[in-house]
Amino acid sequence: MAAELLQFLFSGLTVGAMYALAALGYALIYNASHIVNFAQGEFIMLGAMVAAALSASGVDLPMAVFGAVFVTIVAGVAMQRLAIRPASGAPLITLLIITLGVALVIRGAVQVLLGKGNRGLPAFSGDQPLQILGATLSTQSLWVLAVTVLVVLALAWYFSRTLPGKAMLATSHNRLAADLVGVNTERVMLISFALSGALGAIGGVLTAPITFTSYDAGIVLGLKGFAAAALGGLGSGPGAIVGGLSLGIMEALTAGYLSSAYKDAVAYVLILLVFMYMPRGLFGTKMADRV
Amino acid sequence: MIHRTFGALLAVAGLALAPLAHAQTGPIKLGAVLSLTGPVGFIGDPQQKVLELQVKRLNEQGGVLGRPVELVVYDDQSDPSNANTFTKRLIDSDKVDVLLGGTITPSAMAMVPHAERSALPYISFGGGASIVEPVKKWVFKTPPTDRLVAERILQDLKDHGYTRVALLAETSGFGQSGRKELAASASKYGITIATEETYGAKDTDVTPQLTKIRGVAGIQALVVFCGAGPSPAMAARGIAQLGIKLPVYMPHAAVNQELIKLAGAAAEGIRMPTAAFVVIDALAEDDPSKKAGQEYYASYKAAYGADASPFGANAADALMIAVDSLKRAGSTDKAKVRGAIEKTDGLVGLNGTFTMSAEDHNGLDLNDLRMVEVREGRFVLAK
Repeated sequence: MAAELLQFLFSGLTVGAMYALAALGYALIYNASHIVNFAQGEFIMLGAMVAAALSASGVDLPMAVFGAVFVTIVAGVAMQRLAIRPASGAPLITLLIITLGVALVIRGAVQVLLGKGNRGLPAFSGDQPLQILGATLSTQSLWVLAVTVLVVLALAWYFSRTLPGKAMLATSHNRLAADLVGVNTERVMLISFALSGALGAIGGVLTAPITFTSYDAGIVLGLKGFAAAALGGLGSGPGAIVGGLSLGIMEALTAGYLSSAYKDAVAYVLILLVFMYMPRGLFGTKMADRV
Repeated sequence: MIHRTFGALLAVAGLALAPLAHAQTGPIKLGAVLSLTGPVGFIGDPQQKVLELQVKRLNEQGGVLGRPVELVVYDDQSDPSNANTFTKRLIDSDKVDVLLGGTITPSAMAMVPHAERSALPYISFGGGASIVEPVKKWVFKTPPTDRLVAERILQDLKDHGYTRVALLAETSGFGQSGRKELAASASKYGITIATEETYGAKDTDVTPQLTKIRGVAGIQALVVFCGAGPSPAMAARGIAQLGIKLPVYMPHAAVNQELIKLAGAAAEGIRMPTAAFVVIDALAEDDPSKKAGQEYYASYKAAYGADASPFGANAADALMIAVDSLKRAGSTDKAKVRGAIEKTDGLVGLNGTFTMSAEDHNGLDLNDLRMVEVREGRFVLAK
């Protein structure tokens, strides 16, 4: 009985860490620009696909991972320069729609260049799962969890201790004011897209050995990541982690104890309930309208 | 003056004869709706390639009935409502002689009413039994039905003496239809489905469901009724991770290099029914399907430089049945062609030997499905 529960929790934590990484990507760009970047799921897919393609063509794993992160950062920077910046000053909804368009472009490009098939990546430390109190945990899940924790710590340090990080926070609070005190907000925007590209690629590469990947894998990941981000409170780092992990665990427990047919439904109904009582999400900042 | 009268006469005659002359000397038009993009794009894409390749070869050999063959293909993007629209276009504006395609069962089911209403022969590539059961006058199909596949799995379970099995079915239409067929025929083979779980085709983790199955006592085998794509590999991975040692069965849709590529060692030992040509190297020399299969792989590889997908075979068989029937009908008269398709007898294709009748618009039987298993990263005939 306990072993069963532990198995469900392991499953939930692994899937949840995946959602959390996606949610962190949303948080980064949202913090810098208040844009919800719907291409975040595609960053994850792009990273995973590039790594899988490189690895399949004989490049060793560390180089493949590096290549994937590099390509995705370039995609993030290109997105900001070619799609978001030319439309700066446009209403937020326009920018949202632009991110959807970029998502379609990335998906289409990957489909044409890397094919429609599913791809996998070898697990970083072998396929032998760990046995813990009667439940099994794949070593790749540990990689996902550990790197997620590292990323969160690194981001926390970046935002609270470094100048560029503080500049990004300042920009998120008030872009005009940040501009006036000498923050290069244009650069902040660029960095936020590069960072969230890198984050997406890392998430994709880490999870590809568990979930496999294909050109259309970004849609579901993007959606679940967004749900996790919204649950935790858009723009909040800890919120993204808590949101992602709770979404994953809710899904696993529902599949385990109720029925797998309802796992998405139960998760989303719970999220709806959270929003009814806490519209800003679990960790969302209180927004006071200035009059 | 004479010239002008003659010209006018010619024009009048031409006008009167044009539709007739066109119908009997213009190209024979084959129309197909395929899922070239979207979730099942990887199934439809090789089907298009196979059709284009075979039509090109037909034309190089002088066409059919002395007329060139023209192929019109539309992409439904894996969406049945698009299949509906494009089928109408094929019938009303392209005026095709034979309708092909419907890469997956939902798309095929969207095409069926149009074929029936317009009295147009239609050969489908969808797996579901509902396409040809109950029999529809104008509708035929080439892949084995999920009912046949389910029965073949049950037969193999019975041969091994397994009576209590667990079922993990995908929530997709294909998985659910397979679940229904297994449940309907299980008692005929003396088999009890002791527990049932489901999972989504895009799920990234199936271990909760498998943990539940592992907890049920007395299970002798596990049937995973999954579609194609990453979901069979996802289930195989979960089974290996949890250390479940039961014999595992999957439907024919899983017989694809992707399973081996994605699941690796976790795929070892999985048993699946499939058409003979998929394990072409393991077939005996005198097996009727061997030559057709070798030819299929060789021509595809020569044209596209890649290994042919099993899904392309459904298209190759449909085209072969259509061409064979057109020849026997001796014209493109729709009723005659339909009648000829229904009289297809002992035609050796890739999926097996097709013998159609008024009651059977698929034409395959249990013997056309071989059990294969994964051994050392390859599909081999199961002992």
